[in-house]
Amino acid sequence: MDAPYAIEMVNITKRFPGIIANDNITLQLKRGEIHALLGENGAGKSTLMSVLFGLYQAEEGVIKKDGKEVKINNPNDANDLGIGMVHQHFKLVQCFTVLENIILGVESTKNGILQMDEARAKVKALSEKYGLQVDPDAKIEDITVGMQQRTEILKMLFRDNEILIFDEPTAVLTPQEIEELMEIMKNLRAEGKSILFITHKLNEIKAVADRVTVLRRGKYIGTVDVANTSKEEMSRMMVGRDVNMVVDKTPAKPKDVILKVENMTVASKMHSNNAVKNVSFEVHEGEIVCIAGIDGNGQTEFVYGLTGMEPLVDGKITLCGEDITKESIRKRSKLLSHIPEDRHKHGLVLDYPLEYNMVLQRYYQPEFTSKAGFLKRGEIRAYSERLEKEFDVRSGQGPITIARAMSGGNQQKAIIAREVDKDHKLLVAVQPTRGLDVGAIEGVHKQLIAERDEGRAVLLISLELEEVMNVPDRILVMYEGEIVGELDPKKTTVEELGLYMAGAKRNVTIDANTAEIEPSEVVDTAARKEEA
Amino acid sequence: MKEKKSLLKNPSFQSILTSLICIVLGLFIGFIVLLMINPAGAGVAIKTILLNFLTRASAAAQMKALGNTLAKTAPLLMCALSICFCYKVGLFNIGAPGQYEAGACIGLYAALAWHCNWVICLLLAAIAGAVVGSISGALKAYRNVNEVISGIMLNWIMLYLTNMVLSGKKVKDPASPYTIKLASGNKSALIPTAGLNKLFANNTTVTIAIPLAILFAILIWMILSKTKFGYELRATGFNKEAAKYAGMKEKQNIIVTLAIGGALAGIGAAFLFLTGYQEWSTTQTSVPGMGFNGIAATFLGGLHPIGTIFASFFIQSITDGGALINKSVYPSQISDLISSIIIYLCGFVLFFKFAINNWISKKDKGGPNVNDVPVKDDAAKAEGGEK
Repeated sequence: MDAPYAIEMVNITKRFPGIIANDNITLQLKRGEIHALLGENGAGKSTLMSVLFGLYQAEEGVIKKDGKEVKINNPNDANDLGIGMVHQHFKLVQCFTVLENIILGVESTKNGILQMDEARAKVKALSEKYGLQVDPDAKIEDITVGMQQRTEILKMLFRDNEILIFDEPTAVLTPQEIEELMEIMKNLRAEGKSILFITHKLNEIKAVADRVTVLRRGKYIGTVDVANTSKEEMSRMMVGRDVNMVVDKTPAKPKDVILKVENMTVASKMHSNNAVKNVSFEVHEGEIVCIAGIDGNGQTEFVYGLTGMEPLVDGKITLCGEDITKESIRKRSKLLSHIPEDRHKHGLVLDYPLEYNMVLQRYYQPEFTSKAGFLKRGEIRAYSERLEKEFDVRSGQGPITIARAMSGGNQQKAIIAREVDKDHKLLVAVQPTRGLDVGAIEGVHKQLIAERDEGRAVLLISLELEEVMNVPDRILVMYEGEIVGELDPKKTTVEELGLYMAGAKRNVTIDANTAEIEPSEVVDTAARKEEA
Repeated sequence: MKEKKSLLKNPSFQSILTSLICIVLGLFIGFIVLLMINPAGAGVAIKTILLNFLTRASAAAQMKALGNTLAKTAPLLMCALSICFCYKVGLFNIGAPGQYEAGACIGLYAALAWHCNWVICLLLAAIAGAVVGSISGALKAYRNVNEVISGIMLNWIMLYLTNMVLSGKKVKDPASPYTIKLASGNKSALIPTAGLNKLFANNTTVTIAIPLAILFAILIWMILSKTKFGYELRATGFNKEAAKYAGMKEKQNIIVTLAIGGALAGIGAAFLFLTGYQEWSTTQTSVPGMGFNGIAATFLGGLHPIGTIFASFFIQSITDGGALINKSVYPSQISDLISSIIIYLCGFVLFFKFAINNWISKKDKGGPNVNDVPVKDDAAKAEGGEK
């Protein structure tokens, strides 16, 4: 017999009309273990956790706590059972302090007046016990993402939760912060907490998890001991076939300059200072250049400036020898394809059918619009069908499927198909693999390299370290709106990259290996931020 | 069973069904109100509302009354098209009454003060509506002012502006609060009947405005669904950011949309006041109901330009029918009360559509609603690429 389980989900089946999101899934979390839940996007991880959290009711199956069957009808029930969750997107009140956020909802009052001292003492004790450094009086909007996450963890601990769910917790962290989180998770385990760790990153599972349960397309594939299972085996379980985890590519053969950015400065929408400061670089024909950095360091604004979605404060952009600094988005799109960061906000008109989305950048061209201004619907249909076939975009009803009804992966494939197929010399791909599963990521990476090999320039903006290390021919690191370093992916390490991304290191000259200057003030700022 | 279900899932069928449910429910509640006031006359009264012109004694009188209803359907349809068009582009043009007032103002002023013919008056009315519409549009596009707020304020501004302009010596009848009748002031400004009046017992308010309004409905439908222009406008309505990303001029599109909506409402006013059906009362202190009824007609018509043709006729018909209720049995406000209850219920079309979809999905193995947008997203996520 196994040791008693903290929580068990036995033979859970959850159906949505037309699909079975969870098909007879069993998940058993031992007390005091870190249990990873691994699966591609759409494998049913989120649905399963929603069932555990009481957001959905399963049609079949039971949930047991300490061997006793329980009913979880809503998140409050889950809380009462000691189940807590750190969501991928934090649920914190920005203008409240850390302490205020922690006690939110469980405040103790006396005659209607908040009793903060007791809470403060408890938070202090907890943060010391588990090594969770936070400043209880700092406002959420002023602290780093890593510290916000620690606040979320403290929120769970403050409520005396025994079962902690981490939903893709590393997506927003720097390599250093990830390491710290792993340590914290181990501490929690040592104190007897049971942890469910949702992820699709195999390295992290290897680093902390004891056991892993794998889901694929709503089905239970198996639960294995992490120590006895290789990464390759796990990825095979997850995807259902062998995945080439190393990106195959020949050395780049850069030729003429395609894109030249000089002293670009873009205003920030959120703050009074500029989001992008004095950025200059070039991208050549036949190379992939990656802008790496932690989310929110000006990458988004840089792309807006480059593609014409926001005006520049200062600077000059030259594309194929033409000054496009003041040109419209439409004009730029003749030579520039743009896979946007947010596919729902920018990339798709979700309420339009797939075919209309496929021509979003080209609908006005004579191929699709007659001289009288009528859409050529036959041509649009045929074009959409061709792209769907060529790029393996899958959907329920083909061209007439409403984009909203498609899965995220296929929505992304549709955008990539549209942007790659149209005439362009420069492809700007912003987090093109965000939210995609391992199999699809491989496809996107091949596509980017094919673009390069066909003699186009590719500018990749990525937050994924693995992608940054494997796909591009050159890496530019962006920190607080500036390019702080240029690295050669073949010669650098993840750790070094991490230091640049955190602003602890920078080289001002172009070659990464000759001059590495570490202005002490930069280190100071970073350190101060960590302490704050 | 299977076939019945798939029919229920058909969106066009759903639209028609939910519209009918709203009508029946509205009539039912109206009937209850009538019963509460005076049980004896309720049956007759509700019949009068429904039958409208058919309650008249002779065939000729029936046709004449039908002609009146049709004459007022045309402006209502134009207002409904104005709202429907903007709605399809993601804008709620509650400013239609204000645009309608502007159309009435300039249309009548041009007819009576400048002695223009009806074509010019119609064009000027359209332009006036468009200008008012584009004020809301520009505020929305450049200053992100909600078009509902600016629309409502413009409704009142335009009302009193119109009262003021039409009180001028050249246009107002000195003996009454109304503008001068076109028949005596400027016959050339009357929209031609082209013989249509003969079909309706020589009701001269039956003019080519009626077929023109139907043509406008078809035109709007064509523009929205078949043209590049409609593609751009709808894309902007659905997702302004994506439209911008695709290089569309999203700000300009918003202004153009409200300008077109305004022009439609302005033409609506011309279609009423240039038929000689009625004159503008310069002492009115409430925004004309035509624009607001257009909202109900839009929803009752399933947010489809062609559907609004029938919905407009129905709403105008019950409004006219309500006026025929026996005033010795019921207080005189009863007609407005009953028709407004029914019109109010017409706004519930979307609610019933939602309810039907929920009911269908409950029958399909108890999951959440497929057609319900947020859950659909979840379902797509859960299904991951396979279908």
